[in-house]
Amino acid sequence: MAEPLLDVRALSKRFAGSGDGVFAVKEASFTLQRGETMGLVGESGCGKSTLARLLLNLIIPDQGSVVIDGTVFTGAPRRAQRKLRRRVQIVFQDALSSLNPRMTVGVNIAEPMRLQGLGTATERRAAVRALLDLVGLRAGDSERYPHEFSGGQCQRIAIARALILRPDIVVFDEAVSALDVSIRAQILRLMLDLQQRFGLAYLFISHDLGVVRRVSDRIAVMYLGRIVELGPAEELCRAPLHPYTAALLRAIPIADPRRMRVNDLGLTEGEAARPDKRMPGCAFQPRCAQRLPRCAHEPPALATLSTGRSVACFLHSSADHSTGLTRSDVP
Amino acid sequence: MDAPRVTIASPAPRAVIARASGWRLAAFRRDRGATLAALLLLALAAGAILAPWITFHGPDEADNAMRYAPLLSPGHLLGTDQQGRDMLARLLWGGRISLLVGVAPTLIATAIGLALGMLAGYARGVTDQIIMRSLDVLFAFPMVLLAIAVAGTLRPGVSTEMIAITIVLIPYIGRLARTATLSVVALPFIEAARAAGGAPVSIVLRYILPNVFGPILVYATTLMGLMIVVGSGLSFLGLGVQPPTADWGAMVADGRVVLRRAPHVTVLPGMMILLVSLLFNFLGDGLRDALDPRRRRQ
Amino acid sequence: MSSADDVVLEVRDLRTRFGAAHGGIVAVDGLTLQLRRGCTTALVGESGSGKSATALSIMRLIDPPGAIIGGSVRYDGRDLLSLDEIAMRHVRGARIGMIFQDPLTSLNPALSIGGQIAETILAHETVQRGVALQRAVALLERVGIDHAASRAADYPHHFSGGMRQRVLIATAIACNPEIIIADEPTTALDVTVQAKVLRLLHDLQQEMQASLLLITHDLGVVATMADDVAVMYAGRIVEYADVDSIFHRPRHPYTQALLGCMAGIEDDRQAPLEPIAGAPPDLRALPPGCRFAPRCTQALGSCQQQEPALQRLSATHHAACLRLDAMVDG
Repeated sequence: MAEPLLDVRALSKRFAGSGDGVFAVKEASFTLQRGETMGLVGESGCGKSTLARLLLNLIIPDQGSVVIDGTVFTGAPRRAQRKLRRRVQIVFQDALSSLNPRMTVGVNIAEPMRLQGLGTATERRAAVRALLDLVGLRAGDSERYPHEFSGGQCQRIAIARALILRPDIVVFDEAVSALDVSIRAQILRLMLDLQQRFGLAYLFISHDLGVVRRVSDRIAVMYLGRIVELGPAEELCRAPLHPYTAALLRAIPIADPRRMRVNDLGLTEGEAARPDKRMPGCAFQPRCAQRLPRCAHEPPALATLSTGRSVACFLHSSADHSTGLTRSDVP
Repeated sequence: MDAPRVTIASPAPRAVIARASGWRLAAFRRDRGATLAALLLLALAAGAILAPWITFHGPDEADNAMRYAPLLSPGHLLGTDQQGRDMLARLLWGGRISLLVGVAPTLIATAIGLALGMLAGYARGVTDQIIMRSLDVLFAFPMVLLAIAVAGTLRPGVSTEMIAITIVLIPYIGRLARTATLSVVALPFIEAARAAGGAPVSIVLRYILPNVFGPILVYATTLMGLMIVVGSGLSFLGLGVQPPTADWGAMVADGRVVLRRAPHVTVLPGMMILLVSLLFNFLGDGLRDALDPRRRRQ
Repeated sequence: MSSADDVVLEVRDLRTRFGAAHGGIVAVDGLTLQLRRGCTTALVGESGSGKSATALSIMRLIDPPGAIIGGSVRYDGRDLLSLDEIAMRHVRGARIGMIFQDPLTSLNPALSIGGQIAETILAHETVQRGVALQRAVALLERVGIDHAASRAADYPHHFSGGMRQRVLIATAIACNPEIIIADEPTTALDVTVQAKVLRLLHDLQQEMQASLLLITHDLGVVATMADDVAVMYAGRIVEYADVDSIFHRPRHPYTQALLGCMAGIEDDRQAPLEPIAGAPPDLRALPPGCRFAPRCTQALGSCQQQEPALQRLSATHHAACLRLDAMVDG
């Protein structure tokens, strides 16, 4: 395989919190190829947004590194870092507050070029016009203010801003979660069109496995700071390996009353809770119906199986157990 | 589409210009109350500045024959005080000092407080601690007490009064600026700017300043009225301007001994203080609306 | 939709305005709905469609200058809209329980969990405080809170989001209401927690034989929970039917398009993403005729002239679309 566009190597970040500091992200590793979409899914507080900020170098990791196209991004000299920023951009969940309310839409979109010192005012205006057209807004919209637009339109504006530096990678942090279904479909379609057109690589972060499955080539599942499973989207959803992935899938209500009613929803014991520091084992172990004695004592590492899929679970530690759990296997 | 300058069909080209420029005069002018307040304040300021040329009497020109002249007396439109000094002249001359004391220290304190507050709020950590704890020390004293302490250590006079008021105001503005900065920094558009490679200086100046400037300016404007009162208080205590020079506060102080006999001597300057405070409040509200694109009516 | 005797609550031609008489918007415009005993009715729609406004109207919680400007809400032989405020207070929280989306802001941070539930009981029944507290503990147990007796003394911030939602549910059922209104009860929750809260709501409703009015934007939640479904668009119900008909024989183009969006998003990677073009109309500037017509791929010329009324297609299926007149009933 060619050298990956993005190589995230064992990123860890611990926040000095109220207690004795818990890991928000622990030893997260993955790669992203040009033109590929990696989905990152997990419930609130699992560290997916922290991971996004780590790989954008908005917060400094305690350990690990982010390598873009062979160049180390984390800890690079200031000038090099600034230049590398052009290659990774981000789109946030709350589109309206991700735009500066005191600047017109045109100025907002052109800001990254300005901050990078690229282009003349005329060139920037031309770029803004082209982008507005690309994301389905009118040229005249550049003179208006963000608050005059709906949520979906603001997200289009935010996407235009993310693209103005011609990045290779765009991170979408819950970018469609706040949108209504009909608008969500519009934005997803726009994202996929733009990806095709420019060969962009996406990191698509969401709590909604349904949407993640739709847009991703591969999916990484996070639970309490760790990636617990990583694999091709369809296989991971069809035959999840990690009990947590299986639990997530079973809990999603299917929009078809003939296939699922409320009593078919899979229930998982307990709620995600920060593990006690003295409990060294698997974080999901207290909720897991298939836990083994050793799960409480040692944390399983993310291991790649012979099928090429990765999972952090002792149920799959013997490398040949690769068929995976089907949904009906899990009680 | 290929013209270098974008031309957009717009029903109101002036509105576009106003939007594009930093100064949203058109939006401000739509707010009748604020416009009126601004015009009245300008008129008052003009009257005060032009006082030497538009009054028939000097402010300290006593006329013992004309003591306690009531309102609308011949030659003295607003009457005279207990020394027979023309009230209109004294009000206009006094306005020079009162307005100066209200406006200048507030503007200076706003500049300093804004800089300190934004620095503290953006840098966080040790810088934040040092700045805020220092401001807290000033904050711990009651406003007037602090002003008295500062004014008392320097020679009494207008400049002392202004220095005292400036120092009193900095912690108020600084705290508000820090809080406003913290709430703006938490918004994702700051993160987007950082992700685009924005340097701290440009983020503070281009992103934070425009977003905290509005509320701070409104606050500062309302403080101007209050500072006229504080300045008057200092004069009243003899720490500000010295007799016979008048500001409105000193005039109120002078007049109170003859309140029963000639109420207008006290009431007129008192009303001026009240009026100017109110006008500054209206002005502040109008500015807030004009500076915020979200509040501008279409 | 059903025989009259098992209808617990009937809303007719409800019209609710938000904001002042001039410059306000009509958030709910002529809504008719029936809640059946022991059944779940889902009110589904996108933001701004008027589904929450409907719930607030039934509870008469519309803040002035907004007002309910027409229609009736029949419950227990009376019109709730004509009750005086004191009588209404006896209905609210006692006969009709309500669960809101945000479990943190809906709870009083300064009062213990047990105390809050007891307050609700004391507000509606003349019992001793000790009795009310005991009942609160029993309710907490019933909604699945472990060690209820000791946890009743805890404050809201001691609980996780899912647990807080359980506490809210306990408060809503404290007086054995006949009707439970749940406004986006699981939207703020993680999916594994949502599954458990949905199951709890369902089990309680079955146990109490209460009617559940479930307001949600999530079609998955609708499909798993609802018996009847009302689809709202721009303040009106566009389709009203049993859950199977809605998902398998949708007749209104909006319902069809919405399901199409959903299928494109959630089901199949190969299925095309079929967004609905445009955005819902501004309620201040409604299009003439059918409100969905500007976005509708099947609109006829007459759709822009005439506002369609909800018409009966079968005993359990109603839709408001002019095209249905022209179509052969399937």
